[in-house]
This record gives sequence, C-alpha cells and structure tokens, in this order.
Amino acid sequence: MPELPLLEVTDLSVDYVLDQGSVRAVDDVSFTVDRGEFLGIVGESGCGKSTLLFAVAQLLSPPAVVAGGSVLFQGTNLVGLTDDQLSAVRWRDMSVVMQSAMNALNPVTSIGAQFKDAMRAHGKYSAGEITARSAEVLRMVGIDPVHLRSYPHQLSGGMRQRSMIAMALLFTPDLVIMDEPTSALDVVAQRSLMVQIKELQQTFGFAVIFVTHDMSLISHFSDRLMVMYAGQVDELGVTRQIFDKPLHPYTQGLLEAFPSIHGPRVPLKGIPGNPPSLASPPSGCRFHPRCPSAFDRCPAVTPDLYAVGGTLVRCLLHENGSPSR
Amino acid sequence: MRYALRRLGFFILTLWVAITLNFLLPRLMPGNPALAMMAKFHNQGVTPQTLHTLEILFGVNSHQSLIGQYFGYLHQIVTFNFGTSLDEYPASVTSVIGSAIWWTVGLVGITTVLAFILGTGLGIVSAWRRGGKLDSIVPPTFVITSAIPYFWVAMVLVLIFALTLHWFPSQGGYYVTTDTPGFNLTFFQDVVNHAFLPAFALLITTIGTWILTMRNTMITTLAEDYVRMARAKGLPSWRIMLDYAARNAILPNLTGFAMSLGFVVSGAILIEYVFNYPGVGYMLLQAVSGEDYPLMQGLFLLITVTVLFAILLADILTAILDPRTRAAR
Amino acid sequence: MAMPVSGVPTQTPAAPAPAGSGHHVLARIGHAVRSNHKATVGTVLLLIFILIALFPGVIAHDSPTQDAYAPNLGISTAHLLGTNHYGQDLFSQLVYGTRNVLIIAFVVGLATTGIAVLIGVAAAYLGGGWDGTLNVLTDVLLVIPLFPLLIIIAAYAHGGTTLVLIAAITLTSWSYTARQLRAQALTLRNRDFLAAARVRGERQLYIIMVEVIPTMTSLIVASFLTNALYAVLFASSLQFIGLGDPNTVSWGTTLYWAENNAALQTGEPLWAIAPGACIAVLGAAFALLNYAFDEIGNPALRPVRKPRSKRA
Repeated sequence: MPELPLLEVTDLSVDYVLDQGSVRAVDDVSFTVDRGEFLGIVGESGCGKSTLLFAVAQLLSPPAVVAGGSVLFQGTNLVGLTDDQLSAVRWRDMSVVMQSAMNALNPVTSIGAQFKDAMRAHGKYSAGEITARSAEVLRMVGIDPVHLRSYPHQLSGGMRQRSMIAMALLFTPDLVIMDEPTSALDVVAQRSLMVQIKELQQTFGFAVIFVTHDMSLISHFSDRLMVMYAGQVDELGVTRQIFDKPLHPYTQGLLEAFPSIHGPRVPLKGIPGNPPSLASPPSGCRFHPRCPSAFDRCPAVTPDLYAVGGTLVRCLLHENGSPSR
Repeated sequence: MRYALRRLGFFILTLWVAITLNFLLPRLMPGNPALAMMAKFHNQGVTPQTLHTLEILFGVNSHQSLIGQYFGYLHQIVTFNFGTSLDEYPASVTSVIGSAIWWTVGLVGITTVLAFILGTGLGIVSAWRRGGKLDSIVPPTFVITSAIPYFWVAMVLVLIFALTLHWFPSQGGYYVTTDTPGFNLTFFQDVVNHAFLPAFALLITTIGTWILTMRNTMITTLAEDYVRMARAKGLPSWRIMLDYAARNAILPNLTGFAMSLGFVVSGAILIEYVFNYPGVGYMLLQAVSGEDYPLMQGLFLLITVTVLFAILLADILTAILDPRTRAAR
Repeated sequence: MAMPVSGVPTQTPAAPAPAGSGHHVLARIGHAVRSNHKATVGTVLLLIFILIALFPGVIAHDSPTQDAYAPNLGISTAHLLGTNHYGQDLFSQLVYGTRNVLIIAFVVGLATTGIAVLIGVAAAYLGGGWDGTLNVLTDVLLVIPLFPLLIIIAAYAHGGTTLVLIAAITLTSWSYTARQLRAQALTLRNRDFLAAARVRGERQLYIIMVEVIPTMTSLIVASFLTNALYAVLFASSLQFIGLGDPNTVSWGTTLYWAENNAALQTGEPLWAIAPGACIAVLGAAFALLNYAFDEIGNPALRPVRKPRSKRA
C-alpha cells in the first residue's frame, strides 16, 4: 500500500490584494512531497516561487493572501488555521530556512537565545536540555557550540546560514522548507553548504523543498524538480528525466543556458524577452511570447498540465500525452 | 568604548556652544540690552561684588578685550557663579532656580515617563493589529493632536475643568495662602490637585509623538524577515511582538525620544505659564518680562544641560541594548 | 508649540524611483493628494486659510484694530465672535491676523527648507571633512532646546518685529530637516541612475540639481510642511508670551492680549480660545498633509484593508 504523501498541495493560488485590484502571483499550483524526498523548485525572479513557499508554510503577510486551494500536511489542511493552531506543527514537524540569515536572525539576541525561543515554544525543557540540544545541532553543521553566545553580526555569512539550518533541525522535523539559502553565498560556500544539507537529509531522513533560481546547482541534489513560470507550474517530474529530456520549451531554454563543461562547445543561448507582468499575463500560454516553438493555438488556448511518462508538462505540444503538432 | 567617548565629546561640545551663545548674545544684540539691565540693578542698590560678577557675565563697563571677558566668563560658569537675580534681589540665581526646579522636575519628569510608557505601548499594539479598529483611530487622532499648540490645550482644560466645572484649581502649585510646604499629607494632596491639569495637558500633547513614532517604526520592523522567522518557529504572539519586533523597533527611536525632550520642556514652559505653575518655565518667562538677564541665562543653561544629559543617557542605553553598536563603533 | 511627528516615523527615508521631468512629479503629487483622504482634508483647509489671508476684507467687514464697539459683546450676527475687552471685533482680528500667520509660515517654511536642502545635500555630496563639520553643526543645533533659545534671543532683542521673529526661527530650526535630507541624499548617492549620469560625464552640480533634488521632491515637500508647522507654532508661542510685536494683528498677539487681560477668568473665554483654535486647525492641516506625504512616500505605512482569505 503506497504511503500517504507528507505534503499534498492542491490548486493553491495566492493573490496580492492591492488598491487597483488583485494580482495573482501563484496560480493553481499542485504538487506532492513524499517522506524523505528532495524537491527542487526553480524559476526566474518574480515567478512566484518564494510566494508559493510562504503560502505553503502559512507565512504570508498582507497584502498577500491565499486565494484558493489546500495544503495538506500529514493529512491536515493548513490553509485557514490560526497561528495558535499552526504552532502545533511549526518547527516540530515543519521548519523554514530563509535566504539571508543576516535578515532572518534577530540582530539583538544571541544565537543561543533564538534556539532557546524555538525550543521553549514547543515543550517544557530544562535549561540543560536546551543547551545540550542547541550545541548538538550546531555541531551537526560544523559550528563550534561556543558560538551560542555570539550575535548574528559576529558570524561570517556561511556560518550564519549554517546556524539557521541548525536551528531548523532542532526538532528533526519531517519537512524543511528552504528559500534560496545559498543565494547569498559565494560559489564555493554554496557547494559545501549544499553537500552538507544533502548529508543531513540522508542522515535524518527529512523531506526538503528547495527553492532556487540556480538550475545547475539543484540538479545534483534534488530527487524531483518543479519548474515555475509566471506563477504556474510548467514542468514537474523526476530530476534526472527532466535533465535528460526536458519537455517544456522553457525548461529546454533554461538548460541550454547552462552549457556543460564536458560536451562540445556550443554558442550560449538565452531566452529572449522578459518575464511577463502578473497583473496582465499573456493570453493562452503564458510563455508563448518568448517560446521558439510557439504555434497558432498557443495564444488562444490555456494549456493544462499533461502527463508524459512520469512528467507533468504545461505545453500544447504535449497535449495528447506525446509530442504533437 | 569609543562610542561612549564620542558621545561624551559631543555632549561637551554642545555644552560649550550653549555657554558661548549665552556669552555672545547679550553682547551682539543691538541696543546693548545689558546696559539697561545694569541701570536697573543700580536702582536697586547693589554691592560692588554683585556688580563685578554681573560685569563679567555681561561685559558692561569692561576694559578687557572680548577674549579676556570670555575667559572670565568661563571661570564664573565653572564655579557655578551665575550672578544675582534682578527680580528676586538679593537672592543668587542658583538659589532662585533651586526653589523652582523641583516643581518642574516633578511635573515634567512624571508626565514624560507616563507619556513614554503609554505612548510606546499604544504604538506597539496599534502597529501589531494593523487594519484593526485601534489602528484606524490612533494615527489620524494623534497626528492632529500633535499639531495643537500646548498652550491652547492648557487653556481649554483650564476653562472646562477649572473655571466651569471647578474640579481642579486653575493656578499655582499649591494654595499659597492656606498651605505651607512640608512633608504632610494635606500639602501632598494639595500639590497633586494643582499638578493634575498641567500634567494632563502635557501628557495629551506629548503622547502623540511617542505613539506615532513607535507605530511607524514597528510597521517597518514587522516586515522584516526575522519577524517572519519568529512566526515560522511558532512562537507565541506576545513574544514575537515584544522580543522580536518591539525590541528592534525601539532602538532607533531612543535617541530621538531623548531629543524630543527639548520639545517637552518647551511645552512645559508654556503650560506652566498658563497655569502660573511655579516651575522653571514660569520662572524663565517672568525673568524675560522683568529683563532679569542673569536669571534667564542661568535657566537657559540649566534646560540645555538637562536635555543634553537625557540624550547622553539615551545614547548609552542604545549601546547597551543594541549589540551592533558596541561592535561597530 | 508641539512635538515633532512627521518625518521621524520613517527612519529610513524612502528613496523613490527616479523622477521624470518636473511635470511628471507634479502630476503624481496631484493624484496622490486626491486619493489620500488626509491629504485632501489638509489641502482644503490650507486653501481656505490662504483665501482668507488674501481677501480678508471680503470676509470680515470691520477693522481689526479699531475699538469701535462696546466691549465684551457676545456672539451675534454683527459680531460673529463677539468683541473683546477693548471693543474690537474678534472675528475681524482673526481674519486679518491670518495673513501674518501665513506669511510667517510660508516664508520661514521656504527659507528653512532652502537652508536644509543646501546643507543636507552639500554634506552628503562633499563628504569627508565638510560632511563632518556640517554634521556637527547640524547636530549641535538639533540638540539645543530651540524654544528656550528663541525666548532668549527674542528677549534680548526686546521682541521686535515680525521680521526678527522670522529671522530668528529660520536661523535656528533648519537642523532637523537638514538631517533627514542628508540621509536621503546619501542613499541616493550610490543609486544606479546616478552612476549612469556620472559615467555619461555629467558634472557634479548638474547631477545634484537635475537628478538628485527632483528625486527628493517628496521629502523636500514634507520638510517644507514640517518647517511651516513649526514656524506657526513657534511664532505664535513667542507672540503669546509677549515676544512678538504686540501691535501687529496676528493670532498669537490676540492671544497675548487675551492672556494679559485674564480673558479666561473674567468671562471672555472666546477671546483666548478662538485664536488658539485657529492655530490648532492650521497646524492640523499642515500635520495631515505631512502625514499623508509620509504614507505616499512609504507605501508600507498606508492604511491596510484586512483581506478576506478564501477557505479551500
């Protein structure tokens, strides 16, 4: 009997409610995450991936609101729950790692104090237990526990990010949501952090949703990959399959923008044009103005997600489950 | 440490500027106001020592150069010799100030502390519940109240609560005719009775700034990632509001609050005037109308020093509460 | 006299997107004023006062200074606010007094803002030693309690005319807005569109005048409103305690005479309350406009409508 997915997002939509009207930043997004699975979410800036992440974690702030859909986490729908109700799952079962630790850590309290906060919010622990656990998670990410006394600004960028990850693991949750945690680091630090995250994941078995704009980085670490464009899911499937045979023209364009060091020398190809304004997206398929394979039906018909093998793709070329013209 | 030294340096510099202004102003003004004042003193019949002190302070009848006068003046200031008051002759300026200062300290001190606590509290809660009822009433109301002149509020209160309803007395610090100052209950009650309206006037006019400043800083702080992170950790609301938001929001405001003490003092001057409340502000205005320049100078220096101390205190407090200042400076 | 509110709130001055031509900016301001309730109320009030100041004779038919009538008359159609102790029509006094108040407000507002822009932007752009010196000057003036200082200056000058008042207030109250303007100029200094101008080879002065200052328009307007507000409050307070020219017709001087004659206590409360109310209303107009500009400049402060989230 197949296990129930850990996280099941169905038709999730997020609107930004403004004076001039609402803008839909996330449009009918659905995906699942199984236990221990590593799901990568990639897309350009402004495609809605961070908004999606916050919507899943119920961390949206005005003027953003969940406009529809459900987020089933371990069977419970998180949408519409109050903060008090959510605190039952927060941090124990689902934790968050943000992009910039400098901004995500309270600048006026020590690291240790922030770890303590998180622990005390979810159970009665003695001071000794708290210190022991805090030191333990810091060691897991390779930081000397003496830094529990340090303030965020006293640590280096890499150390800050890792201490944020350590904090996320205080209760070894089932799901860790990460919003571009490596983007603020240099390339070398990025790689080492990714390796560490992967190791931790394999040791403790938690699931990860990892949002990034860096396709090449994520390809080596994620089990499944979701490509987002203009607030919609354009392709969703097993990472290896998507890399070997990208179906959506956008995904193809993204991969072509990262030529391989090993293969033949090919001219660099970008994707012409700019991401669309979400206030007035293009008609039909949202990618059609920039798509090299667009044809006459593309501006007229809005494509659904079609299944091709194990991959879902939002493109009229694959309408019948196989390439068509 | 360097930070503390820099602030101390600034404190001394400003003090020096204030003292020098005191020195220069009577000498620079057209019509040589000091001469007129000296004439009045002569009419009073002063001792030669008093005359000499005044000459040094104001530079009349002096054969010294400006620089020479200046150093003489500085010497006087440092030895706390501010001369003799004209109005209250032969009392020295220091003793006259001493009699009035406690009234103002009580009035301004207590009111400011109250206004600060209530104001920041309301500001924090108002920002926390954005879009709620409190937040829709608070900002417009206090924007308007903060533009209302202090003396007008005082006058309206006097009219309504003292003269019409007779709930409180309209003047003075205590009933001078019936009471004698002393540590007894009746005197104390009398003082509170007389202080209530002035304090209330000062409170409603100054609380607006605390509320609005705090609210706006809170709003900016609430948008920060670390507040979102605190929510993600499932911390209880009150802890997020206080430990994560308010603690960070208040930091940039501490020094600003201390600086607005200058405005509180100004308000106190006007309110004391309307209420004939025997504090330092009332005394300053009496000195002005009586052209009692020594007293005026002394009071100006006192007020400046007090405000400077408050700012120094706020700076130190910021350094204590914000670990980043200790490192950066 | 009242406490500073506007400007202090947004500690980090919002650096808006680069402005287009001057017309663009005015059009945006116009739109912003119309859509923000506070701005609309403030503007309307201000316009009313301006009209009164420009055409006092149209509204009040009596001379403000002649003791033409019987003293202590109550409110009537002939005397909308009654007469004072000397038999002068109170309503005329207030109407004619508007001019003096508004002149002070606008002249001091403009002059002070001008000095503040000059010093603030210069400090930000000249940097180094100049910045340090100007900063110290600004900070010292910021910290010295202004109202007591003004009292002392006015006292030594034996009150003097409105001109003395204007000069004294202008010379002492520019420091607060100078600080804000410097802070914003500093954040703009490194923005990309300025780097582009430098790369184009434009001179510093050109960059400052044509690119930087127009971008700071909203803060400059807010500074003007703040300074005008303080000018009104400081000036009327000084007049109230007798340090203005008691013979000019102005709201503050009317208050002075009222207080001198113990108007509150002797049953002529309107004499004292009415001018104060005028000051309060004008002050409120400036404050509302200022607050509205704060919201316009920093969208995060705008009123939030509680959104309704759909349940799945």
